[in-house]
Amino acid sequence: MSAHLSIEEIAQSQKQLRRKKVRLLAFTLPLLCFVTLAFLAPIATMLYRSVYHPTVSQLIPQTLTEMQQWDASANSLPPAPVLETFSVELRTLAKQRDSGKLAEELNRAVPGSSSLIKSSARKLKRLEEEALLTGGGQQLLDMHKKWHNPYLWTSMKKLGNVWTERYYLTALDLERNQKGAIEARDTQIYLKLYWRSLRIALTITLLTALLAFPLSYYLANTSSKKANTLMVFVLLPFWTSLLVRTTSWIALLQTNGVVNSTLQSIGIIDQPLEMLYTEFATIIAMTHILLPFMVLPLYSVMKNIDPSYFRAALSLGSKPMPAFFKIYFPMTLPGLSAGALLVFIISIGYYITPALVGGTDGQMISNIIAFHMQSSNNWELAAALGSLLLILIVLLYWIYDRLVGVNNIKLG
Amino acid sequence: MSRFPRYYSPLQKLGSVSLSVSAYVVLAFLMLPILVIIPLSFNAEPFFTFTEGMLALEPEAYSLEWYQQIFSDDQWVLAIQNSFIIGICATAIATVLGTLAAIGMSNSDMPFQRAIMAMLLSPMIVPLIITAAGMFFFYTQLNLAGSYLGVIIAHAALGTPFVIITVNAALAGFDYSLVNASLGMGAKPTYTFFKIIMPLIRPGVISGALFAFVTSFDEVIVVLFLAGPEQRTIPRQMFSGLREEISPTILAVATLLVVVSMLLLLTLEYLRSRSERIRMGEL
Repeated sequence: MSAHLSIEEIAQSQKQLRRKKVRLLAFTLPLLCFVTLAFLAPIATMLYRSVYHPTVSQLIPQTLTEMQQWDASANSLPPAPVLETFSVELRTLAKQRDSGKLAEELNRAVPGSSSLIKSSARKLKRLEEEALLTGGGQQLLDMHKKWHNPYLWTSMKKLGNVWTERYYLTALDLERNQKGAIEARDTQIYLKLYWRSLRIALTITLLTALLAFPLSYYLANTSSKKANTLMVFVLLPFWTSLLVRTTSWIALLQTNGVVNSTLQSIGIIDQPLEMLYTEFATIIAMTHILLPFMVLPLYSVMKNIDPSYFRAALSLGSKPMPAFFKIYFPMTLPGLSAGALLVFIISIGYYITPALVGGTDGQMISNIIAFHMQSSNNWELAAALGSLLLILIVLLYWIYDRLVGVNNIKLG
Repeated sequence: MSRFPRYYSPLQKLGSVSLSVSAYVVLAFLMLPILVIIPLSFNAEPFFTFTEGMLALEPEAYSLEWYQQIFSDDQWVLAIQNSFIIGICATAIATVLGTLAAIGMSNSDMPFQRAIMAMLLSPMIVPLIITAAGMFFFYTQLNLAGSYLGVIIAHAALGTPFVIITVNAALAGFDYSLVNASLGMGAKPTYTFFKIIMPLIRPGVISGALFAFVTSFDEVIVVLFLAGPEQRTIPRQMFSGLREEISPTILAVATLLVVVSMLLLLTLEYLRSRSERIRMGEL
């Protein structure tokens, strides 16, 4: 029997391996296509929406084409033909009842221009198209002195660009000044929210770690029969609907809720405490909801720590405290870091619980994204805020993968 | 105190006692908020708190009124139906696609294993608010927003990572020579799949399906963004109920959901012990 494979045999085995790989891919392909279409394409659409904004270019296409010749940096008004075209297009928009959209768009860049556009559009509707085409734009300029401001026109030209970074600037509380340089806004809204979300997520992570540590230690060092029974009390909350758990915190923390009435009947407080609709409510409810995510990895690591290391340290003369921190604690770190990253990743993007119990101080970044999606209809800003959050999550996920390994995620 | 080893110093005994006390305090913190809503759902008054009558255990302070209200309210009945329709359809899609994919993924010869795994698990990692916003943009273009199909596809996508993880775990100890033996003796691939692979990974598949079902059954944000009033589900109905007027009907629904999760936990526990026995070779 020869120890070497012939060239044909090697080719044969390579062919077989290739066939096997194709077969394995064929198993995975249906899901890969499904996830790409149902999940990854939507995420890509969101990233796209955060930089692509064609509204203005769809509303006044002709004006914008003609504006390309005009040098916006000269601090002058666009030439008369551009003004004429704009007057005609604004008149058409007014007839189609679409001038409000342009007003809304322009108002975001030049505050106060909304009423200008709306009132001029009303007046233009009454004029004839031919008169506007030959008037040199004078009719429009006569309607309001704001039309003489070159900044309004340069902003319009800029808004006409379908690709824009301005939603990212807004999401980071930055803006372009009249000269086009990037500077910080006077009032911080979104950065503050990002910081608050990070702070709340970090607080929750620390609290879950503090609560999970003694519980997991106890479960890992008691008899396995008792541990299995007690584990039910960790798993039942884990499997209970998120909304059920949020509902119970509303029942507990209300002004006339269970906690207040108990404290009042014992006589600790005279007046009910305002606990619901605060940051405190968000933190305590989310700590409760996410605690199992910390207990489970920590417990599974602690269960496999050999107690004889700790005993050896004690019998070699170490005091219990130093032995605990130098010997036992470092061995729990894989579980602790896995749990902490998991809790942090989940809590940073949380929406439901802050929306229901957080009031105004307990809101997180997800809530403002939902607000821009549903109430203010500023979808591009929502997409930009979401994309920034996504970058943060992907970064954390990458760390998690390095530290723990995505393949090691275990459930239940 | 005979339960401590003799060599324990008083300080160690104190430490040991305080450890078990704090463990039980944390367990109480986990359980009490869930248990407290069960008696509250039988409140005769429309409050979210214990009345004096309830504390005195007077029978007339308790009632089943809120449970009756669930089933006489068309919106709640619709929400319950929708939750099951959407949940079951999404679970079916997620389980079939996820199980097939996991069979491919669990083999070490799988090309681009790490990258594909990251892609397939990403629906679990991305915050739901981002997923929901993206799906709203994308599904509206395809006219899937405000339809059952749209919500089902979205929930199926969210459920697949759980199926992959559980089936992957079930395949960890799988002996591929069984497949080769079956194929070598002339069995067709489909026969091999259903008679050899499936029975061995069934506990993993079922628990993955349960995870996928719970993901859909408990999901609010995507429903909030994608579904129309026709597709409102139980959590969606609870969410708007908690935002608008807080009625004890929600507590009654919550209590029923706690019962559902207890049943689920029991099923999973049964499956876990079964798969352990399969691994030990007892079954």
